[in-house]
Amino acid sequence: MKIQTEAGERHVLAVTVDNESGILAKITGMFSARGYNIESLTVADISADHAVSRITIVTSGPPAVIDQIIAQLDRLVPVHSVTDLTDQGAHVEREIALVKVAGTGDKRIEALRMADVFRAKVVDTTLTSFIFEITGSSDKVDRFVALMRECGLVEVGRTGVVAIARGAEAV
Amino acid sequence: MTEMSGADMVVQALVDLGVDTVFGYPGGAVLPIYDALFNHPQIKHILVRHEQAATHAAEGYARATGKPGVVLVTSGPGATNAVTGITDALLDSIPMVVLTGQVPTNLIGTDAFQECDTVGITRHCTKHNYLVMDPDRLGPVIHEAFFIATHGRPGPVVVDIPKNVQVATGSYTVPERIEHKSYRPQIEPDTGPIAKAIALIAAAERPVFYSGGGVINAGPDASAALRQLVALTGAPITSTLMGLGAFPSDDPKWLGMLGMHGTYEANMAMNRADLIIAVGARFDDRVTGRLDAFAPEAKKIHIDIDRSSINKIVPVDIAIVGDAGRALDALIAAWQDRGHQARDLGEWWRRIDGWRATRCLDFPEKTEASAEIMPQRAIKALFDATRGRDPIITTEVGQHQMWAAQHFGFSAPNRWLTSGGLGTMGYGFPAAVGAQIAKPDRLVICVAGEASLQMNIQEMGTVSQYRLPVKIFILNNEYMGMVRQWQELTYESRYSNSYSDSLPDFVKLADAYGWTGLRIDTLGELEDGIRTMIDTPGPVIVDCRVAKLANCFPMIPSGAAHTDMILQPSDVIGTMDDEAKALV
Repeated sequence: MKIQTEAGERHVLAVTVDNESGILAKITGMFSARGYNIESLTVADISADHAVSRITIVTSGPPAVIDQIIAQLDRLVPVHSVTDLTDQGAHVEREIALVKVAGTGDKRIEALRMADVFRAKVVDTTLTSFIFEITGSSDKVDRFVALMRECGLVEVGRTGVVAIARGAEAV
Repeated sequence: MTEMSGADMVVQALVDLGVDTVFGYPGGAVLPIYDALFNHPQIKHILVRHEQAATHAAEGYARATGKPGVVLVTSGPGATNAVTGITDALLDSIPMVVLTGQVPTNLIGTDAFQECDTVGITRHCTKHNYLVMDPDRLGPVIHEAFFIATHGRPGPVVVDIPKNVQVATGSYTVPERIEHKSYRPQIEPDTGPIAKAIALIAAAERPVFYSGGGVINAGPDASAALRQLVALTGAPITSTLMGLGAFPSDDPKWLGMLGMHGTYEANMAMNRADLIIAVGARFDDRVTGRLDAFAPEAKKIHIDIDRSSINKIVPVDIAIVGDAGRALDALIAAWQDRGHQARDLGEWWRRIDGWRATRCLDFPEKTEASAEIMPQRAIKALFDATRGRDPIITTEVGQHQMWAAQHFGFSAPNRWLTSGGLGTMGYGFPAAVGAQIAKPDRLVICVAGEASLQMNIQEMGTVSQYRLPVKIFILNNEYMGMVRQWQELTYESRYSNSYSDSLPDFVKLADAYGWTGLRIDTLGELEDGIRTMIDTPGPVIVDCRVAKLANCFPMIPSGAAHTDMILQPSDVIGTMDDEAKALV
């Protein structure tokens, strides 16, 4: 017997929650307990009184599973709201990566030139290395990191996606 | 606002919330609360013999009364022992508040004596949980915990209280409005889906109601509304294991339980229906059988208080989110406002009567007095002997549970207390303790298997201590019967570790605890034995010896459709393919 898995589509969810101890464990634990995917997850306190945090989750699954994920998130007691930004339509996604590249000579020059093309900023340099800061969609960051692999990539750190819907309305 | 110790706040909050009973077991990290309880005789503390039993007793109390069950246990092993009952309450949506002691805040995280990460361990088996680090928060948190446990879909809430928070003083406050800042379950159903649902119900030619534990949780009025709507529409009704009692079993519209061990008529009606009205039921895998063959011709209306239950397993046509009782009231009002009359469902009922004619719950038996007792007969005899006494029946988990569900008739909610979702062996006896505490004058009977009962048999001491007249009726077949049945059906009768070896002499055990013990060996002794059990004051244990190799039928094997029921032992093939074996 073989175990079957279903292919899915990528969705970006914005979740507002009580900023309290254990909430992240509750959210991520729900995903692992029910066998859902997390491609990335970011969280930070967003309210003036530090009472509410916003979590951006990139997940994937067939439509019925995405609906379940939203319903399961929504029923957790500390969750205030769940918005499927992918389903809702136009939204902006951004991710920041810090990319360390080491090398000398042509590879170093090539790295700098490509960073310019990608509008990556140099935030630190030594005689043998750069750290680039790049902001953009996950695809753009992926492509930049892939190119840097050819130019002496030694380390990369990424924030995961934050996203917000276009227009004047709040979620 | 009053200045008092954290422990006094806990007890004051319980008093203010109207709690009359706490099931618990003391230990180092809850000694301050136990000391506060000492001065509050208005709260009755029931000392169990194991913390798991405290949680099941609280469930029994909650299921018999509709009020939240309250548990008090210590840190570490006290909390971990409670986890099974907490999970049981989560799966069956039972309101429960569990107060756990914790090591002092300055020792948290140091692997202190009897420390465990209680909020971490219980995070995914509670509806919500709290670690209270400040005595000023105790009042609001405990009030909020009861709100969450009882509102929306009920469930267990854990409040973990470090010992120094119990000793420190602070101000006890009761929140002005007892609610949660963001948790707002939908109680009232939306009108749009109600209107669409009633149009479908009025037009259906082959409708069937499928009700569940949500109707019980919604209170006795919801059961009354269910009966009224069924009467108005003239449609047949079946129910899940958890929903038994919401609709009277002696009503001609009652088809019996559905699902894996449901009746042939209930499962066939689900399969052939053109409309299924699910009320407070969640399309559990025990109910649906093979999903791609589940109710292929039916439109589905789903009433549930938990939006995540809707479309979780079976996609539905109309979703009504809200309290089952309110939704039923709205449906009745819509039916009457529109002047609907019940359709002629004669053709549908003729088909149902055809399925009923298989008499799927009949079983072969010998009738002479010296014959061995069929377990089904024992349940029927128990039902007959307790008619008119309005008994509360609890069960353990296994064959005896299914036979009780099939052969014991219920006519009102909160009389049938069984572990459905988690299927916890060891549930039934402590649940009977909790039910008897809640309803001291009622006849409370735990229908048990000899294997399940031994999982919490230590509670005989609790029963003796509080002089509870609980009756335990053991269907003793010397096997973990349901395990043995599956081994017979799927593993060519290789009975790996399913024999109940080295059983105690239950009659002598009864004697040791100061109970009355009886043994029933033959059919001729059955009725007298049951009557003696009922007529004997105080706790009684009955060791009723039944046929060892009887199987529970009808049965939908794993991975099979409603139409592929095994009705008789001769239908058993004895092997299964790997896909079926992989299903539970």
